[in-house]
Order: sequence, then structure tokens, then C-alpha cells
Amino acid sequence: MRATPEQALRAPTQNKTHGNVARRTGAGGGPVAFVQARLRWGFEIVEALLDRIFGPAWNPLYQLGALGFFYYWVVAVSGIYVYIIFDTGTTEAYDSVQYMTVDQWYLGGVMRSLHRYASDGMILMMVVHMLREFALDRYRGARWFTWVTGTPILWLVFVAGITGYWMVWDQLAQYIAIASTEWLDWLGIFGEAIARNFLTPNSLDDRFFTLLTFIHIVAPLLLLLVLWIHLQRVSKPRINPKRGLAAGTFLMLVALSFVKPAVSHPPADLTIVPGVLKLDWFYLSAYPVMDQFSNGAVWAFAGVLTFMLFALPWLPPVRRPAAAVVDLSNCNGCERCANDCPFNAIVMRPRSDALPFEQEATVDASLCVGCGICAGSCPTSTPFRRASELIPGIDLPDRSLRAVRDEVDAAAANLSGESRVMIFGCDHAVPASRLASSSVGAVSLPCVAALPPPFIDYVLSRDLADGVVITGCREGECFNRYGVEWTKARLAGERDPYLRKRVPRERILTCWAAGADRAALEKGIEAFRARLSTLPKPDTSPVRHAMADGDGPNA
Amino acid sequence: MLSIARYLGQGVVYGLIAVLLGFFADTPAYRHFDDDKAQLTLSLAHSGKHVGECRRLTAAEIAALPPNMRKPLDCPRGRLPVLVEVELDGQLIVSESVPPSGLFGDGPSQIYKNFVIPSGSYTLIVRLRESARDEGFDYQREAQVMISPRQRFVIEFRAEAGGFIFATSAEPAESQAGTPSRG
Repeated sequence: MRATPEQALRAPTQNKTHGNVARRTGAGGGPVAFVQARLRWGFEIVEALLDRIFGPAWNPLYQLGALGFFYYWVVAVSGIYVYIIFDTGTTEAYDSVQYMTVDQWYLGGVMRSLHRYASDGMILMMVVHMLREFALDRYRGARWFTWVTGTPILWLVFVAGITGYWMVWDQLAQYIAIASTEWLDWLGIFGEAIARNFLTPNSLDDRFFTLLTFIHIVAPLLLLLVLWIHLQRVSKPRINPKRGLAAGTFLMLVALSFVKPAVSHPPADLTIVPGVLKLDWFYLSAYPVMDQFSNGAVWAFAGVLTFMLFALPWLPPVRRPAAAVVDLSNCNGCERCANDCPFNAIVMRPRSDALPFEQEATVDASLCVGCGICAGSCPTSTPFRRASELIPGIDLPDRSLRAVRDEVDAAAANLSGESRVMIFGCDHAVPASRLASSSVGAVSLPCVAALPPPFIDYVLSRDLADGVVITGCREGECFNRYGVEWTKARLAGERDPYLRKRVPRERILTCWAAGADRAALEKGIEAFRARLSTLPKPDTSPVRHAMADGDGPNA
Repeated sequence: MLSIARYLGQGVVYGLIAVLLGFFADTPAYRHFDDDKAQLTLSLAHSGKHVGECRRLTAAEIAALPPNMRKPLDCPRGRLPVLVEVELDGQLIVSESVPPSGLFGDGPSQIYKNFVIPSGSYTLIVRLRESARDEGFDYQREAQVMISPRQRFVIEFRAEAGGFIFATSAEPAESQAGTPSRG
């Protein structure tokens, strides 16, 4: 049974085991959280379906930004070809487009159609991408920069798209040209109303198309610049979709271009008013609205919408998790935290103390989202330490690993029965606390990769439980971008810090599940417990304990 | 077998996205304008007379000015508002005093308005006052016009061309009944 939006909404507030729950659903309640919970629930259902069809690696919903980039390049390449044939001029523009559409349908027509459909695809990816980031609450705190720089991208894409339709100079272009210029004239910033350029056929100049072409080329270039800025705070951004997905989506666009080629309306005629128009609703939805309302009202709406998008990361106010803190006396400058941080929040600098290491980690608090992946990567994050206090080289003030160890100890102490299981969960996936029972202990972290692998060893070697379940966001889609990937690599011994070889793998279950997958996860845990009951009892002798204990890094 | 099913599933998803893109790229059609209607557009950008009298400079005064600023008249910077009226079959649809543009009120008065009207024959009268006179108009034009369905009938004003211009086709409609007149 899937969790309903109400359950998804309630879940975080019921989980009292950690301090970062407010991030998951915004301010912890209110209309924004209400909308987010429903959207998130919807996305999880569709993502689960697409996971089955495409697999996590190719799931289009996990690569919306990369797909948007891919469409951009399709638009750019097809646009270069279209530009070679396009002629600027009041009659030449239409004629040249007709030539490529009709006479050269097999190449020019396909290129024009690719240009259109990839542009439409870009809008689709962009809007779904924004909705999804909103639903997953990935626009607040340190992520504000990426969200805010995404807003001008919307405007630039629309400017590029609308000027593209304008260049064809058919009746649709005429409608757009007059409506757009009348709308712009409302601002009163032009010396003379620019809509007067479209009063009569004689008032339109060929040079106007040169200007239009310039705007149509400059806007996408500017867009590329803003996209680059958009990704500045993202470590290892995925700007290319997986090849299979790229190939599939490209073939889809080519097929669509052949099946339904883009065509023009009749040529523009400024002596008549276009009657029925075949609008591209992806780009031109605002125009019917402009017909119904005054230009001032449309400006007000556009202004308020833009402002709201800009202001969203700060509305409603939300507590920001404290940034990770470096403890220099435990930092040996190994760089693992800097390499693992998904948000470029950690940089290595020359050592500032007397310890004999070259570098030390420093955290830029304005970039840190408090995911704790850095603490999970630190070689000093070992729970076995008893002689000295558990203070890793880098840790979260709100969720220290010492507190996590205490929580593990407390949860383990309450476990009873056969096949005891300790679950390490993620605040942004299935709430771990809801999986807890007398035989199942649960500890939730801001990200699954905030769990240092030695904790698994700690639980099993100390006989705190018979098995360990590691669960986080769905594969390919981690709230903190790389949490699942890094965890899998650590467990597989492919990325520091490795899980020790001595840890019995058959006593570990990894399960990547979103909130909507709770029932499947519960089923998986039950099957795992049944399997555990068939395994021979592990050796938990005092000798083994002594081997496991130690203060040094567990690498 | 599983991979075949997955590829088929992917084909279905790509197909659905293609249908979505292809459909909304031009469907549903939008009716922007009714076939039995026409559009009357009034657009002008014209400077009214100066707010005060111009004074002719003496030769000595002109000589005293920098060479690039020499001109025979010294006029106040501001312009008067322009009064525009449009009458359609005896009904006054525009009567507007349009202020000059610019921070100092020295730019042209600008007006741009669209009216949706039923197509048909109309008696059209347009008037413009640019001076400080209290009554009457400096420019006026009256014509019997036939406006066809979906026609875009444009009323322009160009003082250098004699006043109002009714543009109904590629060429300004000088053939329309009636002639421009100065008041």
C-alpha cells in the first residue's frame, strides 16, 4: 500500500529522532508544505513506474536538467542549419522558411521541426524540473542560489522561443509581434511606441529582421552563460543525460519531425487581423491571456510571478540546518570530505595549525546544506572509539556522530526477539522511525551517506543487531545528489572509507526507496529478517571485540 | 525477455512524450479574432505646439551662440497636449487630450488604441488639435469607409503628409473617400 500525501506530510513531523525534518516539507506545515507533499507523492508514483521501465540510470525524471541541456544542444545544432537557409527580410523570411519546409522537407524541414520540438521539450523539462525541485524542497537554504539563478533562465528561454516564432513572419508571427510590442509599450520606456512598426506593411523594415535574428541568437548565448552560473554551486553537475536516454529522446524528436513536421501559417499581412491561430502552447500560452486582460495586468502578473519565484527560497521562513564544522585536531587533510561534498562547500587549504599535515578542510557555511556526507566520509568517524571521545575531523553540530552512536546504542538496547535489525535511514526517504518495532531499531540521518561504514561494523561486531538495513532515496535520485552513489561505492569497497572486508555482507540489506515505497521496503525487511534467521550465529567473542575496538581511522 | 518488455515500455513513454509535444505545439487552435469583426487602430506620435510664443533672435544674439547651437528662434521647451477625437457614425469613440512625453514635457504626444468593431460601412471623422486654441481643430478628416471582415483599419497621423492617413492596404489609403483638411 502506498503512502498517501497525508501520510507523507505527517511522516516527518512524527519523526522525532533528528533535527532536520523541517527541510523535508518546508516550514513543517502550511500551504507550501501541503502542495509539496501532494506533488512529491505524485512524482514518486510516476518515478517508480519509470524506474521499472527505464531503470534508475535512465529514468528521465532523474535527469531533467541534463535532458534540458541535451534539448538545448539539439536546438543549437538544428538552429545553425536553419540559420544558413534563413533570409532576413519582410518577404524573404517567410519564403526562405517555406523553402526549407516544403522544397527541402527531408533535411531543412526536419531541422526546422527538430528546432521547434526540442525547444518545446526544453520548456517541458524546465517546468517539470522546477516543479520537482519545489516538491522535493530542494530550493531552500544553501540551494537558494541554484533556484534563483534558474528563474532568469525561464525568461531567456521564452525570449529565445518567441523571437524564433516571430522570425517566420507568418500570421502567427504577426499576432505575436503586435501583441508583444503592445505589451512592451505599456512600460512607456521607448521613445516611440514600437508597436507602430507594425501598423502597415510599409512601416516594417527589412533591418528589423536583422535585429530580430540578433536577439534570437544572443538570448540563447546569454542563456548558456546563466546556465553555467546556475551550476556554479553544484559539484559534479550532470549536464549530459545517459547515452541511451539521449539516443531515445533524439530518435523520438526525429520521428516526431517526420510524422508531424512544423509548418507555417499563411504569410503575415498587416492589413488584416489573424483569425484562428495554431499556437505553440509551450511558448505562447500567455498570449490569449494578454488578449483577455490589460497589458498592465499582465505585467503585474508576470512581475509578481517572477518575484515569487525569486523569493520562494525564503518563503515561508525555514530554519536552516547548521553547517558542518571541522575539528582540526582530528583532521588529517585527507580530502575525502571535499571530494564527497555534492555542493562544493568544502575546500582544502594550507594547514593553519602545528599538526604535520599539508592541508586542512574548511567549510563554506553559505554553501553547506548540512547533509553530513562529509562526516560519513571522514576516516576518523569510527564509533569504536571509547578511550577517546568520538569527535571526527568534520561533523554536523545538529547531528553529531557521537549522538548517532548513542542513539544506536539506545535503540539496540531495546531490541528483542530473533533476527534483530538496525535500520540506518535517510530523512528524505522512508521515515526510519515508522519502520521501528521491538525487533527493528531505527536511526535516521540527514543523508544515508552521512553514515560512516564503520557504524555497520560496529552494530554487527558488537552484536547490537543481527542485521543492518541501509535505506535512502531511490537509486539515481538522492536528495543530496550523491548520497546513494557514495554509499554503494563505500560498501562495495570502491570509494573511501570502505566497509571492512570482515563485515558479513549477508547481514546487510541495502534498499533504496522513496516515501511511496514504504510497503515494499517493509516487505523487504521482513524477507531479510527471515533470511537472517537461517544464518549461523556470528562470532561475537571478546577477542573479536578487542580486534574491532580502536581509535584510529577505519580505512 | 525482460529487456524487450522494458524497451517496449520505453517506446511507449517516448511515444507519449512525442504526442504531448506534437499536440500542444499547435493544438488546440486559438480563435484570436471573430470573422465578422474588424479592428480599428488609432496610432499617432505628434508634437503639439510649444507652450509659449517663440521669439526671433537678433543677428547679434545668434552670433553670440556657439556655432552648433545657432538657430533663428528661441522657443520654450515644453509642448502643448494634443487633443484627438475619433467619431464613428456620429459616436465619439475617442476624445483624449494626450500630454507630451518626456521628463520635461518636450516629446511627442503618443496614442495607440485598438477598437474591435463590426465590419461594414462607417462615416469616420478624425480631428486633432495641436495648438492653444480653445475651439476647433488644427486637423480634421472625414471619410465614408468600408471596413471588411477581419480588416485592420489604421488611422495614422503625419503632419508632413498633410494630416491623417487611413491605411487599409499595403499603400496608405489616399483613395479613401474624403480628403485631409487643415482646420
